[in-house]
Amino acid sequence: MTNQPAQVVWDGHRIARAVARMAHQVVESNAGSRDLVLLGIPTRGVLLARRLADQIRGIEGSDVAVGELDITMYRDDLRRQPTRAVGRTSIPGTIDDKVVVLVDDVLFTGRTVASSLDALKDVGRPRLVQLAVLIDRGHRQLPIQADHVGKVLQAPAEARVNVRLAEIDELDAVTISMPEA
Amino acid sequence: MRHLLSAGDLSLAEATSILDVAEEMHAIQDRPIKKLPTLRGRTVINMFFEDSTRTRTSFEMAGKWMSADTINISAKGSSTSKGESLRDTMLTLDAMGTDCFVIRHGSSGAVAQAASWVRAHVVNAGDGTHEHPTQALLDAFAIRRHLRAGGDDAFEGRTIAIVGDLLHSRVVRSNVLLQRTLGSRVVLVAPPTLLPTGVEQWGCEVTNDFDAVVDEADIVMMLRVQRERMHGGFFPTAREYTELYGLTPERLARLRPGAAICHPGPMNRGLEISSEAADATNSLILDQVTAGVSVRMSVLYHLLGGSPE
Amino acid sequence: MRDLLITGARLADGTTGDLAVSAGRFVEASGVHDAERLDADGLLALPGLVDPHTHLREPGREDAETIATGTLAAARGGYTAVHAMANLDPVTDTAEAAEHLLALAARDAHAEVVVVGSVTKGLAGEELSEMGLMHRSSAGVTMFSDDGRCVMDSLVMRRALTYARTFGGVVAQHAQDTRLAGPGACCHESEISGRLGLPGWPAQAESAIIARDVELTQLTSGRLHVCHVSTAEGVEVIRWAKSRGVNVTAEVTPHHLYLGTREVESFDTTFKVNPPLRTDEHLEAVREALADGTIDMVGTDHAPHARQDKDHPFDVALPGMLGLEQALAVVIEVMVSTGRLDWAGVVDRMSAAPASLTGSTTQGRPIAVGEPANLVLVDPAARAVVDRDRTASKSRNNPYHGRDLPDPVVATVWAGRLTHRR
Repeated sequence: MTNQPAQVVWDGHRIARAVARMAHQVVESNAGSRDLVLLGIPTRGVLLARRLADQIRGIEGSDVAVGELDITMYRDDLRRQPTRAVGRTSIPGTIDDKVVVLVDDVLFTGRTVASSLDALKDVGRPRLVQLAVLIDRGHRQLPIQADHVGKVLQAPAEARVNVRLAEIDELDAVTISMPEA
Repeated sequence: MRHLLSAGDLSLAEATSILDVAEEMHAIQDRPIKKLPTLRGRTVINMFFEDSTRTRTSFEMAGKWMSADTINISAKGSSTSKGESLRDTMLTLDAMGTDCFVIRHGSSGAVAQAASWVRAHVVNAGDGTHEHPTQALLDAFAIRRHLRAGGDDAFEGRTIAIVGDLLHSRVVRSNVLLQRTLGSRVVLVAPPTLLPTGVEQWGCEVTNDFDAVVDEADIVMMLRVQRERMHGGFFPTAREYTELYGLTPERLARLRPGAAICHPGPMNRGLEISSEAADATNSLILDQVTAGVSVRMSVLYHLLGGSPE
Repeated sequence: MRDLLITGARLADGTTGDLAVSAGRFVEASGVHDAERLDADGLLALPGLVDPHTHLREPGREDAETIATGTLAAARGGYTAVHAMANLDPVTDTAEAAEHLLALAARDAHAEVVVVGSVTKGLAGEELSEMGLMHRSSAGVTMFSDDGRCVMDSLVMRRALTYARTFGGVVAQHAQDTRLAGPGACCHESEISGRLGLPGWPAQAESAIIARDVELTQLTSGRLHVCHVSTAEGVEVIRWAKSRGVNVTAEVTPHHLYLGTREVESFDTTFKVNPPLRTDEHLEAVREALADGTIDMVGTDHAPHARQDKDHPFDVALPGMLGLEQALAVVIEVMVSTGRLDWAGVVDRMSAAPASLTGSTTQGRPIAVGEPANLVLVDPAARAVVDRDRTASKSRNNPYHGRDLPDPVVATVWAGRLTHRR
């Protein structure tokens, strides 16, 4: 199956504005950055978590804890694919009684987030867990909603929505493409 | 990956992937809840035709921490030509829906034979005097962590001296295969009576003179001398063995700075390794044991963590 | 028994003609009546093959082979006689056991069964078996072997050679120094045994015993036959002994001519055999020795085993492999096709020489009017992929399974009777 050329729906400028807005929301809804731990879901969720942390530092003037939460071992679809590469998990200190914000690039079926909640349970017991995503593209298969959303994107279920981030993808962009019939 | 039978079956990429995932698994050991759901609903049978408390326990913990249903079978004594054939034993357990066999057997090749008969995945947990690939992987894991602490975890250019009863050691065969894949220089040291036939074709340097290499090694791996060998005429006396091939305090003092000591255990303190060496700050012996569970979790993940084929 | 007329066959000497068989002997063409005709146009007629080394397993392990199935396998391989090794249950170590075996053969066999007695009671290597009574019995035993085990005790070996001399007996030795190559030894001692961690079986464990035994043969003026020579070192000792006039003969198996140590890398116990499969330099040495006559004959060491005796770890599984049905194929492949041996050589190594071990008057004879009618019709060009399930043997431990080999045996006639026809 080959894809038609990807259409860019958001450029770097829009992404930067969305991240800034989400950072404000996170701070606002938690009355500051104390007790806040941002956990990115590899790979691009981690990059977004770092960008959010930079923004929050700019707002609050203090560092916010950032970590990585790999959910490969918690996936419910491991047996559907050849063995997957495993990402890093790195938790900054304890998350017990903290406010954890899970960060991912795209919220789609909700299965990744569900797995990440399972993973989170095994590393500690946060006081509150929130979800921040750059793109919410709908089509949920589980009762999961994001607390902080960069953009809601209406796209058919079969479309591919990709977030590209300059750290690993050369430039920032959100693209959408349709698989060929 | 369908089976792990020989360290020689692993490409550099596969070996590195096992070590990398093992790093992630290692972090689990510091967690309050040492459990991953990854292998939920999978059945792993540890079949030990030969006793080994530490290897069996290590595999059992690896399976359990990954939520596999882990069953231990001690089949010691059933491996004779009079008893049920190995093939029948394996086919019976395979027919129960086993997903993976972890097999330790006293006969070289028995694990590969078993793998040829069953549908399940098979991990070689040590076969006779042939191979013990997960031991070599956990050795590499502990060594890599040690090297990383020194600032550079590359294996290329490192010298690993493996000393002792090479003839009867499955650990050395797997370590030579794996370390050569990883790029190390391997030097084998043993009395001439304990060198395997054809060892000069293994792509390693071979010497009978421990003292000639003791100060060249980045890693000194001491192998266990089994008590029964002492009466087998392989060397004159334990005293002579220790003097010529033991890691004595004198040789310990000659190790280069940053060099580390490994031993697959169980140790004969005072024979192949002195207590001073075993308990030295640069001894990785307990790190090897800790690494065992992480590496075996990684191996189980690589075999069972994806679609069946 | 119907008369036979075999038309158009070529003989080993190159001549072509019709062969008539009546009452178990070759006769003039005019001497047959209402004969069954065999068109042998383009085929080679050789004297029936004689195997000096066969394990028939009956009595004792009839689940692995019987006299009926083993000799039928022999017939399918072109053999008209087999020497039945003594490691049966009960061991052939008494006249009664020898006569019992002969009686079973008279009832069931598809080839002549030559009874081999053991050298020592129960193959234990300690006391001589009743060699004289076995010889005097109706079985007329003149060949003695503890095959499967080596007669390790030098004094016992000396006595056996001395004792058998009185009635022209030959002692066939399984040459294996059991200290150098102990019970666990299962792989030729080499880079491969070292790498696989399999207990090694060094070549010198064979040559050291052969050297000792040729010395004892000189000492006793006895007669020695060396079973399954597998090493270059063993060949050298035999060559030296023959140059000194020692009364020694030797055999090589088809598998030691053809299969190498590498086969065991898969730990497939089909390839476990004793002595073990050797490396290339040894294969080359035994081929050369068979060609130049240092090794006198081919012996199959046909060793059927039930599956349950092979489905064990390599060091525990029973050693041995089938050989009767593919022996000629292997000899053609490695000796004839390569120009090392001509057809007259094949006749000598696979018929005349083994028959002379016991001074047979019925086997190993030329194809000529008045001689016993034992022959095999050979298609030298035919080839086939060996299928272990297409066999007369009860066992399946066929090391040639799946290999493309000559498929030469078209028909076999034993004592005037058609025992196999493709």
